[in-house]
Amino acid sequence: MVEAPMAHEGYHEPYELLSDGTRNMHRALVSLQEELEAVDWYQQRADVCTDPELRAVLVHNKDEEIEHAAMTLEWIRRNNAKVDADLATYIGSSGPITQVEAAAEGKAGGGAGPGGAGGGREPRSTSASSSRPSGSGGASPSLGIGSLKPEKA
Amino acid sequence: MDLLKREVAPILPEAWKLIDDEARRVLRLDLAGRKVVDFVGPRGWKKAAVNTGRLDLLPEQPVPEVSVGLRRVQPLVEVRTPIVLDIMELDSVARGAADPDLSAVVTAAERVARLEDLAIFNGYPAANIAGIIPSSPHQPIDVAAPADWPMAVARAKEVLRQAGVGGPHALVLGPRAYDELSAATDDGYPVRKRIERGLVDQLVWAPALDHAVLLSTRGGDFELTVGQDLCIGYAWRDKPTVELYLAESFTFRVLEPAAAVQLRRV
Repeated sequence: MVEAPMAHEGYHEPYELLSDGTRNMHRALVSLQEELEAVDWYQQRADVCTDPELRAVLVHNKDEEIEHAAMTLEWIRRNNAKVDADLATYIGSSGPITQVEAAAEGKAGGGAGPGGAGGGREPRSTSASSSRPSGSGGASPSLGIGSLKPEKA
Repeated sequence: MDLLKREVAPILPEAWKLIDDEARRVLRLDLAGRKVVDFVGPRGWKKAAVNTGRLDLLPEQPVPEVSVGLRRVQPLVEVRTPIVLDIMELDSVARGAADPDLSAVVTAAERVARLEDLAIFNGYPAANIAGIIPSSPHQPIDVAAPADWPMAVARAKEVLRQAGVGGPHALVLGPRAYDELSAATDDGYPVRKRIERGLVDQLVWAPALDHAVLLSTRGGDFELTVGQDLCIGYAWRDKPTVELYLAESFTFRVLEPAAAVQLRRV
């Protein structure tokens, strides 16, 4: 019988040398990986399932995994400025994905305007209490303090 | 290179790490507002203002039958405080020194944390920040003696409940109130334990606060918007010293003034 590897075996450097931040980020990245794998598995099973009721359950489970992945990704975004900046560039964009970055930079420099050709970010609807960033906004590397409010149970 | 210009500072990577770690340690300890209010951001240096959704109609109409309104926004404040360090002292890190003098980093972090928390709790009118305590419509609750803290907190919770504000609750205490509450006992039972176990979900030490405030942390009531989050940049170098700076940009809004009540030790 092959034993499943424990989570800590995914560390590539001595555990005791890693900072708390890196350890938590590792946990989040591994969790995201697992959620996305589960999405893939459920998708494939649902594809070939011959029982309609079971198929509905599998599709439901797949959607749950997508939600889990989204929540984990959001934690990663809040705790990694580069992920935050890159997601702000690509999420909600339109046009060819490979041209989004150039279009966004052009916009920042006063180039293509909103809705211009060549792809770019659409204006995103946000509420007053939204905690989502509206873009990288010329961020400099920070000390990573961010929110110190405990997460709700 | 970005606005912080860290790459051109005459500081070795290992010394930068110690500087950043020390600032981070002090900020996480001292910043109280971020432990209890909602955090929006960070959105970078380019974030200049928060949309309030409000519109001020201009009295004059240059063209008849055309009304004109000016959008009201809340601008972010940019905060910056210097950190002057001895270059030789920083270079000693490369020679194995584990205890470089970083007291200037500590002082800078304390100053910025104090400013941010003063704005959050007491307000900063020049920066259009109303602050939690001045915005509260509730009468402050007086605490006459150390043993009175639990009853005062219970009354404060009732004030919030009657205003339709639910929990969880955080009790944010200035240093004097925090020390007193930590040391006080009532019939031999620690007052602090009574408050932590039965009355509030979070007890927060706030060096910038004079008294105390009980507030709801349910979310949606208090909003700290950060543009550039706390960071350390390079300003210039003299022969023996290098000047860095600790900076951030932020603003703070009270969305539900009734979600907090002040407690005053009298």
